[in-house]
Amino acid sequence: MTVLRPLVILLGLLGIWEIVVRATAVAPYILPGPGRVLRAVFDNAGLLLGNAAVTATEIVLGLLAGTLLGCGSALLIASFRPARRWLLPVLVVSQAIPVFALAPILVLWLGYGLASKIAMATLIIYFPVTAAFFDGLRRTEPGWLDLARTMDGRRWAVLWHIRVPAALPALASGLRVATAVAPIGAIVGEWVGAGAGLGFLMLQANARMKVDVMFAALFVLALFAVGLYSLVDRGLRRAIPWQVEDHGETSP
Amino acid sequence: MSAVAEAPAIHLHAAGLRYGGAAIFDNLDLTLPGGRTTCLLGPSGVGKTSLLRLIAGLAHGASGEVRDSRGHGLQGRVAYLAQHDLLLPWASALDNVLLGYRLRGAARGAAVVDRGRALLGRVGLAGREADRPAKLSGGMRQRVALARTLMEDRPVVLMDEPFSALDAITRFQLQDLAAELLAGRTVLLVTHDPLEALRLGHRVQVLAGVPARLGAALEPDGAPPRDPGEPRLVAQQGELLKRLSAAASAGASS
Repeated sequence: MTVLRPLVILLGLLGIWEIVVRATAVAPYILPGPGRVLRAVFDNAGLLLGNAAVTATEIVLGLLAGTLLGCGSALLIASFRPARRWLLPVLVVSQAIPVFALAPILVLWLGYGLASKIAMATLIIYFPVTAAFFDGLRRTEPGWLDLARTMDGRRWAVLWHIRVPAALPALASGLRVATAVAPIGAIVGEWVGAGAGLGFLMLQANARMKVDVMFAALFVLALFAVGLYSLVDRGLRRAIPWQVEDHGETSP
Repeated sequence: MSAVAEAPAIHLHAAGLRYGGAAIFDNLDLTLPGGRTTCLLGPSGVGKTSLLRLIAGLAHGASGEVRDSRGHGLQGRVAYLAQHDLLLPWASALDNVLLGYRLRGAARGAAVVDRGRALLGRVGLAGREADRPAKLSGGMRQRVALARTLMEDRPVVLMDEPFSALDAITRFQLQDLAAELLAGRTVLLVTHDPLEALRLGHRVQVLAGVPARLGAALEPDGAPPRDPGEPRLVAQQGELLKRLSAAASAGASS
């Protein structure tokens, strides 16, 4: 049933899509039906795959870089009081600037290649990862810290053996959010200026009124994003087996 | 064991704690005889836990001086067992027992690991070394916590209602085990259960009133753990319950 249910939902949505297209008799250059889009996926398989590889690389590298930077920052501000005083306000202000507004600057500085898109994806996930991990590091069960004090625990050992593992479930929530938003960073970067990628392909297809190709690219992107999310989600569950399972379960 | 040989007497002097402008206790003195178990009874909110934490060096807002008979502090000589087992959920039973060594960065040689295994065996958990806390019952978890406390091998052991969350039979068994394994150390046991205090304490003291004062120390006959069916113990339990009940209603009316 767990395998069947998403399939039923997918088919149901495709059915509604088809019905809407037929009932409204909307022109195919405004909204192509699912059949037409699927045909476009197969007709342009090589083109889509090549561009998807570029976008996937941007997303995965951005995710890695953002996670590393975010974890490092969270550890830094959780361990050093001066770092917290100076960096925390910067962090909050940085989040107030819409990352989208930075895209043209990043393309200007880093060029039309991978680097500017990776930077976008990194920027967009940096805050959720940092905030979630820092929050976890701050909320260590006080009883554990009391125990560590009576044991004369060293500061770094307490951080490594108690505070970091205790913060992993919080970090996992941050990483789930990051995985969901990382594709936005890459696509926005591609829209502003790129020579390849699914976002670039969508712009090109749009300009040439090839709406079915545009939808095909969107379809491939959605497929990749969902696949990546479930992969990360499964990996996190396996990495934190002690976490109480009170969410994510869809079966009653 | 070396820790037992040097179990110090502990003198708590001029302990004070204020909460919201009112004195919970003020200028309170408490002596724990060396190598013996002192049980501290009292109604909820009277400051028992605060006193224990003060001795443990975990005071939050409480003040007072904690010294042994030679005038030294207790740094590095105290082990702490709380009401909640405080086991790390991601670590195995054995790793939880060895936590102190890991946190001190002490080399965890084969001898240390063997001692951890042996202690888990002594609390009746041989074969469960690799299990995470989630796989253990409440009683087993508190046994692991007891083994962790013993692993520290400190001459002073401070226990804050360690058995209160357990069912009656498990509690009874763990009281016996704790009395056996902690014999010879200076132990402070905070509890709300008069029977537990009378079973385990060489000395039983009641903390009551606002600000809280210590009543006269009660020293039951015989060596702990005592038989709960003993008529004298039953009589003393009745007496203590009356005293606690009076203290609680006095506290409620003030």
